[in-house]
Amino acid sequence: MAKTLFQKVWEAHTVRKLPNGQTQLFIGTHLIHEVTSPQAFGMLRDLGLKVKYPQRTFATVDHIVPTNELKEPYSDPIAQEMIEALRKNTKDYGIRFFDTTTGTQGIVHMVGPEQGITQPGTTIACGDSHTATHGAFGAIAFGIGTTQVRDVLATQTLALSPLKVRRIEVNGKLAPGVYAKDVILHIIRVLGVNGGIGYAYEYAGTTFDGFSLEERMTVCNMSIEGGARCGYVNPDQKTFDYIKGKPYAPKAADWDAAVARWASFASDAGCQYDDVKVFKAEDIRPTVTWGITPGQAVFIDEKMPALETLNAADRQTAEDAYAHMKLAPDTPIKGTKVDVCFLGSCTNGRISDLREVAKYLKGRKVSPSVKAIVVPGSQLTAIQAVHEGLDKIYIEAGFEWRGAGCSMCLAMNPDKLVGDQLCASSSNRNFKGRQGSQTGRTVLMSPLMVAAAAITGQVTDAREVFKV
Amino acid sequence: MSLAKITQVKALALAVPGDDIDTDRIIPARFLRCVTFDGLGEHAFRDERTGPDGKERPHPMNSAQAARIAAAKQGVMVVGFNFGCGSSREHAPQSLWRYGFTAFVGGSFAEIFFGNSTTLGVPCLTLSKEDLAECDAFVRANPDVEVTVDVAQLTVSAGAKTWKASIAASARDGLVNGKWDPIADLLEGADSVAKTAGGLAYVAGK
Repeated sequence: MAKTLFQKVWEAHTVRKLPNGQTQLFIGTHLIHEVTSPQAFGMLRDLGLKVKYPQRTFATVDHIVPTNELKEPYSDPIAQEMIEALRKNTKDYGIRFFDTTTGTQGIVHMVGPEQGITQPGTTIACGDSHTATHGAFGAIAFGIGTTQVRDVLATQTLALSPLKVRRIEVNGKLAPGVYAKDVILHIIRVLGVNGGIGYAYEYAGTTFDGFSLEERMTVCNMSIEGGARCGYVNPDQKTFDYIKGKPYAPKAADWDAAVARWASFASDAGCQYDDVKVFKAEDIRPTVTWGITPGQAVFIDEKMPALETLNAADRQTAEDAYAHMKLAPDTPIKGTKVDVCFLGSCTNGRISDLREVAKYLKGRKVSPSVKAIVVPGSQLTAIQAVHEGLDKIYIEAGFEWRGAGCSMCLAMNPDKLVGDQLCASSSNRNFKGRQGSQTGRTVLMSPLMVAAAAITGQVTDAREVFKV
Repeated sequence: MSLAKITQVKALALAVPGDDIDTDRIIPARFLRCVTFDGLGEHAFRDERTGPDGKERPHPMNSAQAARIAAAKQGVMVVGFNFGCGSSREHAPQSLWRYGFTAFVGGSFAEIFFGNSTTLGVPCLTLSKEDLAECDAFVRANPDVEVTVDVAQLTVSAGAKTWKASIAASARDGLVNGKWDPIADLLEGADSVAKTAGGLAYVAGK
């Protein structure tokens, strides 16, 4: 019988059926970071349990690391305490830690792919909802809570129920200036922020076939923003090429077998999906959010919705959103004044993002009214960018060049909005207060749109600013 | 490990209206700067409850009803659709549970929030849109009437009203049988786990 990738991976990792009807699922790869793991280690100690497969858990530190100070102790004692707790826990239990001193630290969803830990046909769990990022490689990857982090540490398994699979096909070629970020913002806008509850999203179609792994990661990353705990792209030659040579990639003698195995996990022709949605790439234009959920989005040249066009439930959320964002219904979002620009995050903090923006940024200047920061998602990305001279282009343009981490995506470190500042952000969430100020405002967009906002001091169309 | 069988939660209720209430709103990220869950209860919905000027904002969590629930250490929160969306932070249900909420009734729940709550022994039951509106209105109009969230019977009732509720069968089974924390079951399967692991080349680094 023809099967989806989800079904094949699920079956290969099924340990047994639990008494409550759930599946005990083997988690081949477990990623941990400093925020959602300390309590799990505490539970483990309380129960007198060991880490069952320490070689299958990998740690890094990302949420709380400052991006503008390298020396420890950090000026924030809580950040210091959290990083030291992770150092102790990984040392006590024999877990590999990609620490700040190694040159390999970074956002957990960047470290996995960079190290070749993220592989097709595997299960990956992490106490972070953006774990679906790893689905770009054809893995079943999803976020878990801290008690579940304990479960994985203690047993390398989780109690789960299978998801339905919705195939989201996007076909055709994106117009210049339209990016993977616009694709996922558009999908969420159309299917809704809760449209994916109960589903894994399989992204497919010629647009995805043409995407690089990094573009696929941008889309998979935001699956949870559409309510889907997990999103993936079937593995292909591009996937294998990306993994080849990475530190944890299978070595020469094992490589061919691994590739054959990986390829076998791709969804079979003629397999049954629980739902299928089809989009045309040509219909997608640069997309920006105007509200407080990632689904509240418009094309840059559209007006924000008039309240009377919305149904009762959407209208209530929209009224709340307009009040928070200090924006007016039925007016263009283009031209909205921007105070801060943030380029980074597990959605758009990769080398391809930095390269694409740098290509257009050369010779341009950030508006004097704007504070603009660029935060490479990982140390390896930062090193590569410096090697290519990208840092100079950003600094010359007036961006602050920072160290690796989550930074202003969720502002658990010192990078925060102040008061009701409006931030043009390449990150993934525009929730109220998300960027560290209760009244702060976030407009999500692609990296190039962030750069256009930085230069003009406004939410604007990058295609016009950069003559794309 | 012996756990309580959670067949029913009978307690005062608080309506917290709105759809798509994310976990950043339930517990802002700055409160995640910690290595234990202790003390999270007092910060539940912190930025919704307190303005930037430090003054209280109008929010259900600032009501006398919320204070009664906090004092009783049991209560039912009646919410909208897609409650608990966004971040996977278990800190969100932990903060509400530590505040005093021992059951949720809503239109729908984000999956990770749902799983995190169930694993704490906090049931999340869903009602149809119409029934939820009725339940929400009843709770607001009758703050002194206890609401019964019946996990075994799959109903939510208050006063003379009873609404048909639902929850994933596996979650219901875990709650009513005192197996809502799966760790004991997961530990029992160690031999089967080793067998599955043995069949996966990548687990051995190949």
